[in-house]
Amino acid sequence: MSNPVITVNVDEKLAKNKMVVDEENAHIVIREGVKVSDPEYMKLVMCCPAALYKIPADGSEEPIFDYAGCLECGTCRMICGKTILQKWEYPQFGSGVQYREG
Amino acid sequence: MADEVFEPDFDVIIVGAGCAGCVAAYQLASAGKAVLVLERGNYAGAKNMTGGRIYTHSLKKVFPNYEEAPLQRKVAHERISLIAPDANFTIDYTSEDLKKAGQESYTVLRAPFDQWLAEQAENAGAEIIYDMTVNDLIINNGKVQGILVGEGEEAEPMTASLVILADGVNSLLTSKAGLSKSAPAIHQVAVGAKEVWKLPAETIESRFLCEPGEGASWLFAGDCSNGIIGGVFVYANKESISLGIVATMSEVLKQEKPVYQMLEDFKNKPEIKPLIAGGELVEYSGHVVPEGGLEMMPEIVGDGVIVAGDAAMLCMNLGYTVRGMDLAVASGDIAGQAAIKALDAGDTSKAGLACYKQMLDASFVMRDMKMYAKAPHFLESAPGMFRGYPEMIRDIMNPLFIVDGQPRKHVMGMAMPAVKKAGLFKLAGVAMKGVKAL
Repeated sequence: MSNPVITVNVDEKLAKNKMVVDEENAHIVIREGVKVSDPEYMKLVMCCPAALYKIPADGSEEPIFDYAGCLECGTCRMICGKTILQKWEYPQFGSGVQYREG
Repeated sequence: MADEVFEPDFDVIIVGAGCAGCVAAYQLASAGKAVLVLERGNYAGAKNMTGGRIYTHSLKKVFPNYEEAPLQRKVAHERISLIAPDANFTIDYTSEDLKKAGQESYTVLRAPFDQWLAEQAENAGAEIIYDMTVNDLIINNGKVQGILVGEGEEAEPMTASLVILADGVNSLLTSKAGLSKSAPAIHQVAVGAKEVWKLPAETIESRFLCEPGEGASWLFAGDCSNGIIGGVFVYANKESISLGIVATMSEVLKQEKPVYQMLEDFKNKPEIKPLIAGGELVEYSGHVVPEGGLEMMPEIVGDGVIVAGDAAMLCMNLGYTVRGMDLAVASGDIAGQAAIKALDAGDTSKAGLACYKQMLDASFVMRDMKMYAKAPHFLESAPGMFRGYPEMIRDIMNPLFIVDGQPRKHVMGMAMPAVKKAGLFKLAGVAMKGVKAL
């Protein structure tokens, strides 16, 4: 696939949000052994609005994923909840994103 | 347990303090019922977002004082654009009728709005506990009797005669109650992403050509979603602009541009860039939109449990209007009334709660859901709306407006080549399907 031109830094946009990160408990976990070239992983790269599922710049096959910026939309659960996601839960005890506008 | 007398902690436990949950809680508490609302956010609305605009008719029915709610701007302009890579065709519709009480709509931001709704429920006597994620249901002999918060051995039970699931489009509880599959199919759901840009009120009014206090809804189809089924929206709020994209998930996977880049490319279009120029990005949010209509609805009544709002997939995307919150408010209202009926009759079994489905079926909610049952298929079968027709309109418009010294033709002669290119019969077929489905 020809790589589309990415001109946006979504992390900078996520930095505008108020987040309370639950450091102890990842509410989304990718199954072990999943590689970047896995078509299911690529679906998440395409659809996650927060761009949390990243392709390593060095060409490594190990997925780069951090739940910390999650917008809790559930897109990845809808697409890969039955395939490469080991866990999709809601963050506990008020942690996660706190929309001030919504 | 079966033989023991079940003495619940509450009459009703409601999961989720959004539009449906808060309205149901308000109705139940107003009728003197013991209601507990569990909300996973730090405050009502902390986890919620909308495009967004709310049609106020159902809100007005529950809260005659709805104009006190922190709504944003009354929508006075309905703008719709078909956007080709190098052209944009916009309809701007205004009418005094759009602004009349009971049929008007407002732009809205959920964090302030949901807190107002929660306040109404609390003032009526409902108890709301925040920071509480409901992880599971207590089910005995097939009947839902309460919920569990916390995980594993620390899980804490709370019981009720009836549980109302108003936990949103990503309801993890409807499937646990046996009312739905674990997740919808990806052609039935869209991913939404939105930016909120802060700007002074006067700037917004001059850019959107609005009177003070009035606003605009602006929907785009075509190149903004890279030619796939999806659209972009712009809403004028009091002191901010909401700008975002909604794209069907299965469609996103048909092309090669990630959804966040589609939004960025749209933002940089010459038709859009000036709208937010000089503004400050204050928030970026994401959401799943249930677009599949009637066929993706779960069972909405079970033993000891009913489902309302987005959790019941009550949403309509017709392309020109997008509705969800008015349906959520109405279903919360009806869920509350049905719950009161069932509690008063002492029967919260599936049979006792059947009145919820009957009342919802008789209301505009299900009548409209059924009326527009074919709309999702229409949009799927008319991809020209997203790639083809915007270009056709450009090819009709360019000869009308471009004067370059070349000999002119009559309008018919100028328009026909573009229409023929799109296929006259195909176009007529789509139009026929459209008027029947929408």
